[in-house]
Amino acid sequence: MAQSRLIEISPVTRVEGHGKVTIHLNEKNEVDEARLHIVEFRGFERFIRGRLLWEVPVIVQRLCGICPVSHHIAAAKAMDMICGVDQLPPTAEKMRRLMHYGQVMQSHVLHFFHLAAPDLLFGFGAPAEKRNIFEVLKEQPELGRRAILMRKFGQEIIEATAGKKIHGTGAIPGGINRNLPIETRDRFLAQIDDMLEWSQEALALAKNYTVENAELVDAFASFPSNYMSIVREEDGALDLYHGAFRALKPNGEAIFDRLDYSKYYDVLIEDVRSWSYMKFPFIREMGPDTGWYRVGPLARMNTASFIDTPLANAARDELMAVTQGRPNNSILANHWARMIEVVHCVETIRDLLHDPDLQGTDLKATGERREEGIGVIEAPRGNLIHHYKVDENDQVTYCNLIVSTTHNNEGMNRAVKDVAVKHLSGHVDITEGMLNHIEVAVRAYDPCLSCATHALGQMPLQVELFDAENRLVASRSQSA
Amino acid sequence: MSGSDFTFEIDGVEITARSGQTIMEAADEAGVYIPRLCDHEGLRHQGSCRVCTVKAGGRSVAACTQPAAPGLKVENETPHITKLRRDLVEMLFHEGNHLCPICEASGNCELQAMAYRLDMTGPTRFPYLEPSRGVDASHPDIALDTNRCISCGRCIRASQDVDHKGVFGYVGRGIHRRLAVNGSDLAHTDAAITDDAISKDVCPVGCIIRKGVGFTTPIGEREFDKGLIGHEIEGKRDE
Repeated sequence: MAQSRLIEISPVTRVEGHGKVTIHLNEKNEVDEARLHIVEFRGFERFIRGRLLWEVPVIVQRLCGICPVSHHIAAAKAMDMICGVDQLPPTAEKMRRLMHYGQVMQSHVLHFFHLAAPDLLFGFGAPAEKRNIFEVLKEQPELGRRAILMRKFGQEIIEATAGKKIHGTGAIPGGINRNLPIETRDRFLAQIDDMLEWSQEALALAKNYTVENAELVDAFASFPSNYMSIVREEDGALDLYHGAFRALKPNGEAIFDRLDYSKYYDVLIEDVRSWSYMKFPFIREMGPDTGWYRVGPLARMNTASFIDTPLANAARDELMAVTQGRPNNSILANHWARMIEVVHCVETIRDLLHDPDLQGTDLKATGERREEGIGVIEAPRGNLIHHYKVDENDQVTYCNLIVSTTHNNEGMNRAVKDVAVKHLSGHVDITEGMLNHIEVAVRAYDPCLSCATHALGQMPLQVELFDAENRLVASRSQSA
Repeated sequence: MSGSDFTFEIDGVEITARSGQTIMEAADEAGVYIPRLCDHEGLRHQGSCRVCTVKAGGRSVAACTQPAAPGLKVENETPHITKLRRDLVEMLFHEGNHLCPICEASGNCELQAMAYRLDMTGPTRFPYLEPSRGVDASHPDIALDTNRCISCGRCIRASQDVDHKGVFGYVGRGIHRRLAVNGSDLAHTDAAITDDAISKDVCPVGCIIRKGVGFTTPIGEREFDKGLIGHEIEGKRDE
């Protein structure tokens, strides 16, 4: 007898944090509804209240072990504002930039090689035991070695600027607590040519995958959307550390441009839905149905006017040429965009390392205290907003964090539904390979679910089928 | 060695002491480190934390208050005493909320440093008391997070004996005893950032916070990034 079913993928694997996917099938085995649920709750926005402003950049980075630097810097920027500092000393800003670009580089390399590469190299339907970094290392040892060394380079940049590879203390309200000694700089410069060469090879890999599989890429969970990021205020260039908001419609027309990010709440609003701990932001004037948008590497390629480093800019031109300069909607092209950003990060790190300001000794500025501070950066996964209010005793009274994965919530849910409809609808038996297609769609956004709910680890993929009365009729699981 | 000097032994090492010196004072001068938390140079000895417990003549005594005596045989770093000290330090961790990863005292904190010295790898044997005490940030320059207080009494003695103010004191008895200020909050005391009690070395943990300092000292340059707690005293032996 035909019956409606519920398929649950829990948790989604090879992403940061815990989430699950549920797919409701009707009596004809057609997809009725598909949702990405975020099942973790962290509560940082609540328990940061009452803490002193100087502690905030160090406390909130504990949201995540993958890109703590993003939270560290976004919070520090918000605290700069609260401490009345609108302009950091050059050494402080450049040290923070170095930390951030090192962070984006290592995070992108981690995502591309460790998390996504098994899907791209072995296919979405490959057996689970094949889809992991160890198989990549076995099949392509030199590629695997370079991936590990590139990530190490980024991590060591973070250590040199923050004191530790994970959860350091470098950025402080109003500045930075260290400069870069000459000998450390020279150690990095000795590796920079290799990094530049390897990052271009990684870029070629990502680009070739996208071009050679154009049919799959174009069809796989691709749909138009709005895009948003910060861009450099003066000229609209890609800037991961600082800038102003730019949001584009699917046709490339601006919704808002060079908007002061400290007014984010005038243009963005967050919707709450009962089935997820993650909110759904949208552009206020457009409403939730059409105002949702996407962020991340591909969104940044779409929104930026250009990239201010030559190799990355040439690579972006190639990417944008695929869609004749209009926004690219193929989520799998995110990998290409991500590797363009890796090249950009390496070029920027090289330029920063040659800048003598990094050895400066003016590390901190002061100003007149304010009650409210907002820090916005482009984190590896996309736009990141930190908003705080601090009372006259220097204690936090309000905190709101909108992280990249939250910005992408609607997009990920639509991607899940799109893939479910294309790959699951009409099938009685649901195979492991079909389920991995769903995970590939989610993974392309490189979601950080722990950050988004303000998790960790690797757990088996579990699928459960429920009948119309919600009785469990079958279950299967796959390991990560 | 003058006429009134005498010798005694710590862990088989001969130590020279002057008349009236405590075991700890003589040990410090000789470059032998005896762990301690409530004792601090320049403040009167108190003997309350018991981390400096040694066996002297077969009895357990606080080295910071027990006078040295000619011919005394003292056990300091034996496995038994180290375990006892570790137990004491573990209990301090369980009594308060010592979240080292987010505490600005991390790297400069004597409690954390003592845990490292005593090889405390995980405070898991006792139930956490998880106190919930509000942060007193009412003073423009100073904040007080008593979730991190270990009741060493160093700020109390510094405020009374050095600053002659009496800003700090205890309220409550037994397990309920805790640090309090002489006023409705810190802003309503005569505490000042220039007080000895507020100076960075008096509070051994992150309880007394000097506002604006935060994480300005980079990792690698903090007090205990340079070596285990007690390394400066032990360094005297090599001089």
